[in-house]
Amino acid sequence: MTPRLRQPSVLPGFGLTLGFTIGYLSLIVLVPLAMAFLRALDLSWDQFWQAVTAPRVVASYRLTFGAAFLAAAFNTAFGLIVAWVLVRYRFPGQRLVDALVDLPFALPTAVAGITLATLYSSNGWIGQYLKPLGLKVAFTPLGVIVALVFISLPFVVRTVQPVLEDLEAEVEEAAASLGAGRWQIFRRIIFPAVRPALLTGFTLAFARAIGEYGSVIFIAGNLPMVSEITPLLIVGKLEQYDYGGAAAVSVVLLIISFILLLLINLLQRWSRMRISGETAS
Amino acid sequence: MSDPAPRAPVSAATTEPRFVRVALVTVALSFLTLFLFVPLAAVFYEALRKGIGVYLAAIADPYALAAIRLTLLSTAIAVPLNVAFGVAAAWAIAKFEFRGKSVLITLIDLPFAVSPVIAGMIYVLLFGAQGWLGPWLGEHGIRIIFAVPGIVLATVFVTVPFVARELIPLMQAQGIDEEEAAMVLGASGWLTFWRITLPNIQWGLLYGVVLCTARAMGEFGAVSVVSGHIRGLTNTLPLHVEILYNEYQFAAAFACASLLTLLALVMLALKTLIERRALRQQRSAGAMETL
Repeated sequence: MTPRLRQPSVLPGFGLTLGFTIGYLSLIVLVPLAMAFLRALDLSWDQFWQAVTAPRVVASYRLTFGAAFLAAAFNTAFGLIVAWVLVRYRFPGQRLVDALVDLPFALPTAVAGITLATLYSSNGWIGQYLKPLGLKVAFTPLGVIVALVFISLPFVVRTVQPVLEDLEAEVEEAAASLGAGRWQIFRRIIFPAVRPALLTGFTLAFARAIGEYGSVIFIAGNLPMVSEITPLLIVGKLEQYDYGGAAAVSVVLLIISFILLLLINLLQRWSRMRISGETAS
Repeated sequence: MSDPAPRAPVSAATTEPRFVRVALVTVALSFLTLFLFVPLAAVFYEALRKGIGVYLAAIADPYALAAIRLTLLSTAIAVPLNVAFGVAAAWAIAKFEFRGKSVLITLIDLPFAVSPVIAGMIYVLLFGAQGWLGPWLGEHGIRIIFAVPGIVLATVFVTVPFVARELIPLMQAQGIDEEEAAMVLGASGWLTFWRITLPNIQWGLLYGVVLCTARAMGEFGAVSVVSGHIRGLTNTLPLHVEILYNEYQFAAAFACASLLTLLALVMLALKTLIERRALRQQRSAGAMETL
């Protein structure tokens, strides 16, 4: 007997909804995305290699991945503190603060871009205080990091927050009654519980920051070799009708993004297994 | 998402000394002030700096109005399409067991992992003048890239997952008992969907619609690649902000940006309201079960 595609059910609409889902996804997402790979395949191996390893392109990878990594790491540290404060403590204006954490998801990236560029310019609200310290943010790689911190800010907060809320107070009470100090409880009980969520939040923030375009281009200054991110380089290639080169660099970015997506899925499976394993034991 | 009433510290043993608490709250609020609240205030300050007259003139500008119209149009097409997709995908995935389900769920999330610039590029490779279908489209006088259809397509691409990823876990958690009961009692498939499924998922659906709308109105990178920036024709509001800013018309740029920011704040308020409603519904359902 051949294995069945699906198990029997009294509910209708399986063929219709699955067909529509796969058709729509193929038409809008999968076939167009495959075009990027096919277009890159048009190039010979030498052409492809040259397109993805030109010094200007390599400099843009270094900036894009470096800045995305630093921004995600920065947000992981502060995101944990924000999530902790929102779950554990009470202070005036807390609900408003909680709601506003999602602002970077809702605010168009171009608006974030022009606002940050204005704030951090040498006579902006923040830039004027950094200038005497010898810190230049606008039109430097530092500006790229600032923009990426803004757009990836909510990820860690929103992945860690529900985990902290679900932590049982009893476990901490038990540890305290056995003589554990507050720091010891955090290090041995709370931190291991939120670690998968922290990692997931970090990876989500990192993945989002790699592809980011709108918020970065205004503040970065976009100097080739110095402050030019990879997505901008792709746009530049498209504007010069270098479709093959644009597709080749995109393929590199896409493959890295897919690996990160896979990693996120694995992380989530791992944390689910940990949780179910703990409740089972 | 989050419980509106934060958990109070249970006892001295399970909370921190007062100075630690004050220090942590201070660090968190300073961080958020620097990276969130100051930028938010700056948008409105810069928009109104040259006076209300300049502000209103910037928004009443015919090009700005055309950009607002195009943004609303592409949102009005992208959101219903992705609602239909999200409901269909969630029905297939949550109500049936089939092989390859987890692969399908990953594929639905794919647009989140793709840079917006690449999302725009793939349509240029497909439909652009030098793209695969470009020559054929040219012969038939159909323009997709540097025209409205391209903008709509790019907007649809980046917002594909929003409704589906809200509905799939929700419908999976609800199971199929209620629908099966309705079917066994003789209801048709459509009647079951309208009377049983839809009321159960209404808050999740609305939540997805809000997130999808916010992203559709604000999308910049993908739309920028396919738009061609033709004023009055293919300029969305975020692209209009970019053009004004690059022309050093800062007050006008921030005036249009403040409109988008207000929309973003409305979306956040709606999202918070929906979360509270959903939570209350969940609680009352939980109370019913314990009775």
